[in-house]
Amino acid sequence: MQYQSQAVAKPYFIAALALFAAQILFGLVMGLQYVMGDFLFPHIPFNVARMVHTNALIVWLLMGFMGAAYYLVPEETETELFSPKLAIALFWIFLIAAGLTVVGYLTVPYATLAKMTGNDLLPTMGREFLEQPLITKAGIVVVALAFLFNITMTVLKGRKTAISTVLLLGLWGLAVMFLFSFYNPDNVVKDKFYWWWVVHLWVEGVWELILGAILAFVLIKITGVDREVIEKWLYVIITLTLVTGIIGTGHHYYWIGTPEYWQVWGSIFSALEPIPFFAMTLFAFNMVNRRRREHPNKAATLWALGTGVMSFLGAGVWGFLHTLAPVNFYTHGTQITAAHGHMAFYGAYVMVVLTIISYAMPLMRGRAANSNKSQVVEMWGFWLMTVSIVFITLFLTAAGILQVWLQRVSDNPMPFMVAQDQVSLFYWMREWTGVVFLVGLVVYLWSFFVKGEEKSA
Amino acid sequence: MSGSFTTTTARNIFYGGTLFFLLVFLALTFQNEQIIPQRDQRAMLSNPQIAAGKKLWETNNCVGCHTLLGEGAYFAPELGNAVVRLGSKEAVKAFIKTRPAEGIPGRRSMPQFNFSDQDLDNIAAFLEYVSKINTAKWPPNIQG
Repeated sequence: MQYQSQAVAKPYFIAALALFAAQILFGLVMGLQYVMGDFLFPHIPFNVARMVHTNALIVWLLMGFMGAAYYLVPEETETELFSPKLAIALFWIFLIAAGLTVVGYLTVPYATLAKMTGNDLLPTMGREFLEQPLITKAGIVVVALAFLFNITMTVLKGRKTAISTVLLLGLWGLAVMFLFSFYNPDNVVKDKFYWWWVVHLWVEGVWELILGAILAFVLIKITGVDREVIEKWLYVIITLTLVTGIIGTGHHYYWIGTPEYWQVWGSIFSALEPIPFFAMTLFAFNMVNRRRREHPNKAATLWALGTGVMSFLGAGVWGFLHTLAPVNFYTHGTQITAAHGHMAFYGAYVMVVLTIISYAMPLMRGRAANSNKSQVVEMWGFWLMTVSIVFITLFLTAAGILQVWLQRVSDNPMPFMVAQDQVSLFYWMREWTGVVFLVGLVVYLWSFFVKGEEKSA
Repeated sequence: MSGSFTTTTARNIFYGGTLFFLLVFLALTFQNEQIIPQRDQRAMLSNPQIAAGKKLWETNNCVGCHTLLGEGAYFAPELGNAVVRLGSKEAVKAFIKTRPAEGIPGRRSMPQFNFSDQDLDNIAAFLEYVSKINTAKWPPNIQG
């Protein structure tokens, strides 16, 4: 660690991993509710478990992005953070707000929570992924702005590299697009249209800039390849991302009351969306093959390569699978969507955050890399989680194909719940694979406590 | 590749390309706003029951189990066409009203929300409004 203030990333990473564990536990609860419908009912109904599962995911990824920014920006700009104290204060505010929100979800009925938190003033709750109470949303904006102020001031006073510029663009885009979560008209078509400006333009837009910047940073560090080469790649990748991804939003506009021309625009541009991910895979492998030094942190290299491959498979291939309008007509809102969502989020965002944690955490703990023993355990965690998510995705895909057939295509289409019973075998297999994922996560977390011979930083 | 294609070139292509496609997207959005009044049944919104129903839909987090026009959770049936599938607004109201508070042993069950009759009217009005939106013939059949 070259700069003292980089250390503020550590609490962010630790909290991110704790929330990751919570996310997986609630995922297992939901998975079980798919096959044992009355599990924990009526105390933790499915919708509550789902809110915790998805919101914990969003918050822990944001925590990871913030930690990544606090770690890499001082090194990129060659200057200390503008205000480490502000960074720590924001950490506690964010963590406590997130914690209280989850407690709210779990302890009072959602309608009561809405009443308690001022949803009548400006109704924003109860829309997928944007379920947070108004005060939490306002808190997110305040934390994001203060965080951006801190990071932007740091970049302004230091060296301006492509990586810090792209990261800043991504983070500013994230904050600006989130403002659309406050727009909630009674008109369902308009509501849905602008809702996607948060959801799609985050995960298939500005977040990918953040992803690219973090990956480029880690690749420079672990391969020793010239910055010039890596930055050029970074620009090419994010160009492809936004050129395809912005109009690619159209693939969400097929069936929500929007004009039919979106079927053409959305199909064409979203069919191109795998290209940036493919470029990212090539990029990661290319840089690692051209490496000029053997970095002692093999686990971080594995995570970086894994991000390339798994984001291409999950976001690219599984996205393409059902992105064309004539296909999407049958698969929209089925388990196919769930299958794609799981692998895409894991491959792109979970893995990139785990990449930076894997690289930075040992340095913040005073060593170049963890002991060989610890890395072996970490890599076991990598493989258990990664292989599990592949199988979770395959089982959900199977469930989805069967669901589409039984409920939408066959001569006597079955009602939703009857079709669900028919595919329960695949839900059981998904649940057991989810248990393996949890084991992988525990193994991964355990690697932080494995000692052994270490090289100093 | 390294000769004339410099990092600066790549950066300029990024800014230029992003700006261009952002403008195309904004133009499409503008055109979208011109066309949707013919598809989104906005005239119905003068009925205050629909806004009230949408709020109940949101503050009870219905989207946490159901989908609406294919978006939401995949745990419970699609509701964009619920009024059509169940046959009437009355049938929708009756269904919601009769959910057992303790659930159904071993099965997925909708919670009992204890809605007032007025709430039920509002929810049914909201779902009827959604069912009339022109969704390009989606879902493929009545089962959603």
